[in-house]
Amino acid sequence: MKIHLTSVFVDDQAKALRFYTEILGFVKKHDVPVGEKDRWLTVVSPDDPGGTELLLEPAGHPAAKTYRDALVEDGIPLAQFAVDDVTAEYERLRGLGVHFTQEPLEMGPVTTAVFDDTCGNLIQIATQAP
Amino acid sequence: MADDLFKALADPTRRTILDELTEKSGQTLFEICSRLAMKHRLGISRQAVSQHLAVLEAAGLVETRREGRYKFHDLNTAPLRQITERWPTTYPSGPEKGTP
Repeated sequence: MKIHLTSVFVDDQAKALRFYTEILGFVKKHDVPVGEKDRWLTVVSPDDPGGTELLLEPAGHPAAKTYRDALVEDGIPLAQFAVDDVTAEYERLRGLGVHFTQEPLEMGPVTTAVFDDTCGNLIQIATQAP
Repeated sequence: MADDLFKALADPTRRTILDELTEKSGQTLFEICSRLAMKHRLGISRQAVSQHLAVLEAAGLVETRREGRYKFHDLNTAPLRQITERWPTTYPSGPEKGTP
């Protein structure tokens, strides 16, 4: 068994696609209409196009709002992405107007930071020391 | 008020939380939990951290601030002045006084 797909709920799929591709740098993998207005919309890392896909899933379910609002209030990220250098990525994203709720923080072997994906979630980036 | 302050300071985990907020004020609950777990190796639940923060808030040492959808915790050391005002520091007089 392997992890092939994971998902984040997003307020608006078109806006999410822009953020996850133009700002974060992922590339679109699948974009298939589902139902009236929803899409099966996934992105992958350009470094690993055959790797794990991230599904940008419509947050239409009423429970999703309660769940996401509670996590965001306490600063809890919904997903974690690996980067080579958290501090460099923090500077790059901040330059693009991304808002961070946690600045780069070195905690032993791992450095992390947390930002708002503008689609209703907090996302953590992490660098593991070699 | 003074009882709340001394009670808040009596616990080592709460003092560690104050240390971390001294390093950087304005942290989410998640960041405080991360620092306690990763830097201090404290096996402590998020609920327990929330309770510690509530005690610190009751003592006026921590203030919470809402910013949009996020909630941040700030350090407020003003209540500690009660201690130094009640028991002012006395400096011993003697030949050492004023030496580097």
